[in-house]
Amino acid sequence: MAIPKVMGIETEYGITVPGLTEFNPVLGSSMLINAYVAHTSRRVRWDYEEESPLRDARGFEHAREPAGPSEEDLGLANAILTNGARYYVDHAHPEYSTPECLCPRELVAHDKAGERILARSIERASELLPSGRRMLVYKNNTDGKGASYGCHENYLVDRETPFARLAGEVLPFFVSRQVFCGAGSLGGPVAGEFGPYQISQRADFFEAEVGLETTLKRPIVNTRDEPHADPEKYRRFHVIIGDANMSEVAILLKVGTTALTLMMIEDDAITGDFALESPVQALRRISHDPSCGATVSLRSGRAVRAVDIQWGYFEMAEKYLMRHEAPEWAGEVMARWEHVLGALETDPMSLDRELDWVAKWTLLSSYRDRDGLRWTDPKLQMMDLQYHDVREGRGLASVLARNGKLERLVPEDDVRDAVDRPPRSTRAYFRGRCLAQFPGEIAAASWDSVIFDVGGDTLRRVPMMEPLRGTEAHVKPVLDECRTAADLIGRLQG
Amino acid sequence: MAKSGGGAEHQRKKAHRHGGDGGEAGEGGQVAKKAEAAIEEADELLAEIDEVLEENAEEFVRSYVQKGGE
Repeated sequence: MAIPKVMGIETEYGITVPGLTEFNPVLGSSMLINAYVAHTSRRVRWDYEEESPLRDARGFEHAREPAGPSEEDLGLANAILTNGARYYVDHAHPEYSTPECLCPRELVAHDKAGERILARSIERASELLPSGRRMLVYKNNTDGKGASYGCHENYLVDRETPFARLAGEVLPFFVSRQVFCGAGSLGGPVAGEFGPYQISQRADFFEAEVGLETTLKRPIVNTRDEPHADPEKYRRFHVIIGDANMSEVAILLKVGTTALTLMMIEDDAITGDFALESPVQALRRISHDPSCGATVSLRSGRAVRAVDIQWGYFEMAEKYLMRHEAPEWAGEVMARWEHVLGALETDPMSLDRELDWVAKWTLLSSYRDRDGLRWTDPKLQMMDLQYHDVREGRGLASVLARNGKLERLVPEDDVRDAVDRPPRSTRAYFRGRCLAQFPGEIAAASWDSVIFDVGGDTLRRVPMMEPLRGTEAHVKPVLDECRTAADLIGRLQG
Repeated sequence: MAKSGGGAEHQRKKAHRHGGDGGEAGEGGQVAKKAEAAIEEADELLAEIDEVLEENAEEFVRSYVQKGGE
């Protein structure tokens, strides 16, 4: 029986100071995070004890890359927030990792909350910049000059599921899901009716089918094995193939359909064979065809469209959900999935209110038509970038949403709530509540621990190796009764 | 900003796509009105984009250089 899909999204944001060529993005990112945290809570240290980014799901450990000192050694900003999220400097980007969520809609709210947090960080950091300077932040995945930065998803899966089968069965799904979760990019060769426009920001940066790397030779299926939970029972399936989405519908579909697919794999319910002849080429071919009509070859010899592969997974999911206990959120995801696949077959452009790549295309092409611009016009490239600007009212996706041209799923009040408050139904609740309630008594925290300093000689580490313990239902009554962290430690031991 | 006529034509196509199928016989006037409203709305949106779009796009885009991440 598939385990509940605890999931989260980590986003590396693009960062720039216009007009300042010697801008240091590492320090800039640190400045953003520190400016945000200084206004909200006491800085709590990240606990690195259970981190092992070089462990491979295929069962071996890689030698440490000669990558220089770790983030911890450099003393860069690395904060845990009261909503249970981690907000830190990763490489040369500010990164926001949502807290663990148990349903796609909740994750949509927390992913959007990340944008709001970055926007607030910009406002607060601007006071620290020389006058006339401003820092800008983009939730996208490429600078259009050969660099890509990631938006990764994480899903809790059963350790018993053989990884080789998981990788093989999820691969065709990953190659084809971009037709609804691509964020759109002007970064391709000029060709045909769509000019240089392609569906995905990331497709051109992937070179391998399966592997551990994330920065070189990026693989479609990533094998990092760092569960941040009981390693005997769980994997954290680390997904690096996605685009960062502005559209709430795209986020919901991305995580909802992926969670359903992983549940089917855990229950060995993948009956169709969509193994691709050349997955890496297929990924690019699909991205470079916004008409969604191009076909790719299966190993069986059949030629199929991305939509056909997705219909295959959709139909398997339909059958699967009839025979298995369906999560509460499955109905909404299935209805959306069916709707977008139908529309992608008949008229992809009719999804301009729902999907990022279609919304952006529609906006760019109407602007281009109005002014008679060439595809290489910097104004269009600016729009391609500014679509992802996190500032409300300045980011073009937010302008579209405000004008009713990009559908919203989550009320803004819920997004604002998610800026400060953790999800209720995972261990993120315990982490976030403790941070809010005992900020002065927490020495460090991580995904799977909270370390308290309640005086005395030793720190008290509360392990949280079960992602579904520490929920509101589980710990709220206790937390409500505790005045101090020492009370809490006493209760947990008692 | 100078506006060419191309945008209006594009928007008419769009309006047809979104609203054209729903019109019943005898409601031609209403369909036309709807299309007109859609064009106006689209023009307003593009005008709003003009207002918020970063200036010096060429320089801005050229200097947007990121280090790889992940």
